[in-house]
Amino acid sequence: MKRSAMYASIFQAGLILALGVGAGPAVSATTSRNASIEELLFAPPQVPPAIHRDHTATVVIRLRTEEKEMTLADGVRYDFWTFNGTVPGPLMRVRQGDTVELHLSNDAHSHMAHNIDLHAVMGPGGGAAATVTPPGQESVFRFKAMLPGIYVYHCATAPVPMHIANGMYGMILVEPPEGLPKVDHEYYVMQGDFYTTGENHAPGLQSFDMQKLLAEQPTYVLFNGREGSLIGDGALHSKVGDSVRLFVGDGGPNLSSNFHVIGQIFDDVNVEGGSLINHNVQTTVIPPGGASMIKLTTLVPGTYLMVDHAITRAFMKGALGQLVVSGAAQPQLYQRVNAPAAHAEEMQMKTNDPMSIGKRVFTQICSACHQGNGMGLPGAFPPLAMSDYLNSSPKRAIGIVLHGLHGKITVNNTGYESQMPVFGGQLSDEEIAGVLTYVLNSFGNQGGTVTAAEVKAERAKAAP
Amino acid sequence: MRALCWLWVLLLSSAAMAGASYVALPGGRFVSALAGNRGQAQALTIAPFAMRVEPVTIAEFEQFLARNPYWARDRIPQLLASADYLKDWASPLRAGAALPASAPVTQVSWFAARAYCASEDAHLPSWYQWEYAAAADTRRADARDDDARNQMILSATLQSTGHAPGPVEQDPANVYGLHNLAGLVWEWVDDYGAMFPRPDARDPGQGNSLALCGGSALAFHDRGQYALMMRVAILSTLKPSDSTASLGFRCVRTIGE
Repeated sequence: MKRSAMYASIFQAGLILALGVGAGPAVSATTSRNASIEELLFAPPQVPPAIHRDHTATVVIRLRTEEKEMTLADGVRYDFWTFNGTVPGPLMRVRQGDTVELHLSNDAHSHMAHNIDLHAVMGPGGGAAATVTPPGQESVFRFKAMLPGIYVYHCATAPVPMHIANGMYGMILVEPPEGLPKVDHEYYVMQGDFYTTGENHAPGLQSFDMQKLLAEQPTYVLFNGREGSLIGDGALHSKVGDSVRLFVGDGGPNLSSNFHVIGQIFDDVNVEGGSLINHNVQTTVIPPGGASMIKLTTLVPGTYLMVDHAITRAFMKGALGQLVVSGAAQPQLYQRVNAPAAHAEEMQMKTNDPMSIGKRVFTQICSACHQGNGMGLPGAFPPLAMSDYLNSSPKRAIGIVLHGLHGKITVNNTGYESQMPVFGGQLSDEEIAGVLTYVLNSFGNQGGTVTAAEVKAERAKAAP
Repeated sequence: MRALCWLWVLLLSSAAMAGASYVALPGGRFVSALAGNRGQAQALTIAPFAMRVEPVTIAEFEQFLARNPYWARDRIPQLLASADYLKDWASPLRAGAALPASAPVTQVSWFAARAYCASEDAHLPSWYQWEYAAAADTRRADARDDDARNQMILSATLQSTGHAPGPVEQDPANVYGLHNLAGLVWEWVDDYGAMFPRPDARDPGQGNSLALCGGSALAFHDRGQYALMMRVAILSTLKPSDSTASLGFRCVRTIGE
């Protein structure tokens, strides 16, 4: 066969296939009803791609319940109960009208029987009664995804609060036939409260604490089952001008989420996960066993914190994540404005010694992350106070302030995913010298001086 | 000559029961954590009985199979044992070096557990007998109101996640002299099928569906006993031919028959 003839026949075959789908809907509909599709599942915060089918199908979804020890926070282990080994379990994505054939297998080494109650199911127990699965066995049940929306699923065997507190929840998205509006990025975040026998950050293997559960006083409130899961390497990403859809749910068992992204306003929120869309929302409440779809547009570059705005939970119990937006600065939208010159000069008269300059810079900039007392935030921002990392090499800090720092570091025996921004363009040599001198002589650090000349010399070197 | 014969029989039977020691429990009034018919606490009277000090071990079950090969995994009818039955054993009659001989035997069906107990002139405990024996701790016959003790049991149970059960009798004996009633393995009880029917409906009003959330909350009048609730939940999902890697058994004897 000549090469051109071969190409022609391939082209023809392609044309026939295309016609089969496009021009022969009756035929293709029949075929699709008989064909079943194996659902591809992804670990959170990733979600399966949008559905582009123009017809319903039978979708086979395989879940496996596993009881496994995993990390809850740095240095803290916990015996989780999971769907597919992650907390939350994978997000399933189907089309309205699809028939879902759900296979639930339970690991042979499980202590407990497990099952699944999907809030997308209209039928007794949401599937719970049909899927009670002892260790080493498998259950199968079918349901039709009748109504579009974002729904929670969870284990519902006794004791139910314990199965949920140990991490057995996830979400299922039922797309309307026309699909969801196109966005540039989609992510999957689920909040849960955790009850450990030890205090917050008590190291080692922790057990589920029944009394704290009954009192509804969690030791941790977390996104995606681990403190820091969405920070540093795990941060969510977007670009300037991009749109982001967040599928946000709350597994509970007890606390509602007051979901907020610091420095963003949500364009659209599917209220309570249903069809009502609210606009221009600052904080949306998501109850345990509930979920929302949130669309936002990232206009200005920077790092944005996702929090439960019952803010103690964010800064003391772990409900903290990052959305990192890259791209060019947008001064027409967001710009830091310096104090008027005359005023600044007056200020400088009073405060031209390095410690005063340093204190001002620290309060205005550094304390946002490292906190006013220099203690930082566990799981997110390392402490400057009594910091072995700082005191062992004060001169190293010059380069870090000038050029930023990205990657893993260990401070006072705790690991951090460092996300220190670049300040070389924003701060003068005198200001950097001042703030480092201020920090070295505050917060229980060992003292020392950094001069403007040293900063200038470091600045003259190439950035690492 | 006749006396010698009797001695021989005695020796034989004691050899067959090596390691199987039972202790007597006085019984008496006992309030179960399970609710009675109207959802209320129910006071029961437990008759005196004798209970095996520890769960049946792998070594003991090997001896049982040597005498009763009918219950080996390659001979047992499917009606009496599911595919998981003694699955981790190296061969039909031998557990193999990977499994400690002094660990409780697991992966046994309810039928096989009953047969083993019969071979010791005993039977599986009723749920209430088991619950009564397990209500004790090292100092008290009924320690169930002690939150710290309940949490200790729960932690021990949870921290065994992913590990095969270790040897028996590593814990201090309770006031009756019994070991391993918490934290090591689940245990079959004789009447579990009647107590906790396999759920086919979630509506707590329609049945005793202990495995499901509504059912379990209603079935326990004492809703703080999570370790006990876990035990009931797993048993309630099993058919008598089922077995799991964390489910063993022990036996009891009636006193005064």
